[in-house]
Amino acid sequence: MRMYDLPDERGHFGPYGGIFVAETLSQALDELREAYAAARSDAQFEAEFRYELKHYVGRPSPIYHARRLSEQCGGAQIYIKREDLNHTGAHKINNTIGQALLARRMKKQRVIAETGAGMHGVATATVAARYAMECVVYMGVEDVRRQAANVHRMGVLGAKVVPVESGSKTLKDALNEAMRDWVTNVESTFYIIGTVAGPHPYPMMVRDFQSVIGEESIQQMQEMAGRQPDAVIACVGGGSNAMGIFHPYIAAKEVRLVGVEAAGEGLETGKHAASLCAGRPGVLHGNRTYLLQDANGQITETHSVSAGLDYPGVGPEHAWLKDNGRAEYVAVTDDEALAAFHALCRSEGIIPALESAHAVAQAMKMAPKLPKSAILLVNLSGRGDKDLHTVAERAGKKL
Amino acid sequence: MSRIQGRFEALAKAKRKALIPYITAGDPTPSMSVPLLHALVDAGADILELGVPFSDPMADGPVVQRSGERALKHGVGLSDVLGMVGEFRRRDNATPIVLMGYANPIEAIGTARFLPQAKAAGIDGVIVVDYPPEECVEFAQAAKQHDIDPIFLLAPTSTEKRIHEVARCGSGYLYYVSLRGVTGAGHLDLSEVSKRIPQIRAATKLPIGVGFGIRDAESARRVAETADAVVIGSRLIQEIEAAPAEALTRVKSFLRPIRQALDASFSK
Repeated sequence: MRMYDLPDERGHFGPYGGIFVAETLSQALDELREAYAAARSDAQFEAEFRYELKHYVGRPSPIYHARRLSEQCGGAQIYIKREDLNHTGAHKINNTIGQALLARRMKKQRVIAETGAGMHGVATATVAARYAMECVVYMGVEDVRRQAANVHRMGVLGAKVVPVESGSKTLKDALNEAMRDWVTNVESTFYIIGTVAGPHPYPMMVRDFQSVIGEESIQQMQEMAGRQPDAVIACVGGGSNAMGIFHPYIAAKEVRLVGVEAAGEGLETGKHAASLCAGRPGVLHGNRTYLLQDANGQITETHSVSAGLDYPGVGPEHAWLKDNGRAEYVAVTDDEALAAFHALCRSEGIIPALESAHAVAQAMKMAPKLPKSAILLVNLSGRGDKDLHTVAERAGKKL
Repeated sequence: MSRIQGRFEALAKAKRKALIPYITAGDPTPSMSVPLLHALVDAGADILELGVPFSDPMADGPVVQRSGERALKHGVGLSDVLGMVGEFRRRDNATPIVLMGYANPIEAIGTARFLPQAKAAGIDGVIVVDYPPEECVEFAQAAKQHDIDPIFLLAPTSTEKRIHEVARCGSGYLYYVSLRGVTGAGHLDLSEVSKRIPQIRAATKLPIGVGFGIRDAESARRVAETADAVVIGSRLIQEIEAAPAEALTRVKSFLRPIRQALDASFSK
């Protein structure tokens, strides 16, 4: 069997990925590629990364057997990978630590980031404080309004949050603006992209840093259950938490990989963020992948109750895993995600992020159809404190 | 010989510099675009760059972004832009037109369908900002087969090796981005331009255009001391934005002094 060794030299996963950027960034991406290749083969970099994950992030994150939720579903056993217990409350910090260490190696004193819900922005602001770097975070004005608490969090950590007024004023526009900053300040600045998208080497690099999730899971499932799960389930916006847990499992063909996109108000309404389920391939943000777009190739606006899934593209490796059938992609509506949010809160005392609640909802759909001996592993990518006002609003309450 | 090559050869013979204005198709309204293109030619444009509006213009500054947003409000897509060029060609069959935009609208039509359509409309060159040479070997070759020049960008950050690669893939002219930044930024570094252009010239026989950050007759004249062509976009679009109803006269009165300054300094 041929080992899975994608991407190729220029970042291609089959027809997806690549380096689709304006010329000014070509040199910066060459440098980044070389620096990352050198860091990866440097034992000291690896040791430093692992040290930070253990002592600063609090890894390994546990896997928890959700017995009551499993009983309520009446079928498969649901296990939960607790990325919500990481420092800053989500998986995002695994990646920002890796990239900040790389930025330091490259002697870049200034880091920039885009953020939607604010979790990647907070994770970037956190590591910038930790490593004494200047930090600027771009955030759509719509998201600044929706996620005021995270904006404040970034502020107390010393980051400057720049509201983005252009386009649809959400995550994709924040990414455009961060790219424009990078083009302008390319020599002093390291751009910390928050997901497995963007030009090569970002999709590969972010995947590698996030793969700690799946590596731990393989070991922990063996210890807890004596075997690997029948399926691994994770939500997919850009797709970093999903790729982090999927990647180490790609070679284990007997394990189903299920990515869960945001169906918003329903795929048939057009108000969703399900690029893989309902989009078609194109070029955006430096790579070729599935996109939500109109007939003219304009990127369309997305909708999801969870800001973190509100992205019209998806990491190119997911596009490849979809096409070759190794992973399957489904979509869960706002209402289903909210129901799963409440179910997990009440059955297990765990408040999930609305993003992660999409994965929980999918597990709750699959479990009843499977025998009690089956095992589903859900990546609980973040905690839900940030979403309490959204949940309250949906219930007609005001916080 | 392509229209672009012919135009540059004629200019070189007259020892003149090319003036290349950029506007976004559909800004301020779709019906204004063709009259604006003719007005630019009247005011002394040698080649026209016509922007294709895109929802996510990553390489553009606020002025070009806003012009794209205005065009998108009118629903202007790539096929509409080709229609405008076709209409322009009814009155002007001499001035080369270069489309400038991003990959996705082209891929939405499909490159195999786009190129013959573009040729039929009267397009002479294409600049796809997010298609570096490595990602569009086939597209560049197919464009050349349709007599459309694939025009590539070079930047202050381009290495010597990269300049050679880009020079090998491109035709028509090479477009040197005169600053680290987005279109219309304010920090044009003339000394770097005059240092880099000879370096690029050593790698290519193609004419070299310079753009991003040129705002007036003086900066145009200084850039033309080393470059073959001067591209002006954002500053011109500001004229349209300031008073859309008077756009035709405003773009002419903005462009004419630049034409005159270039001719006064360079033509024989």
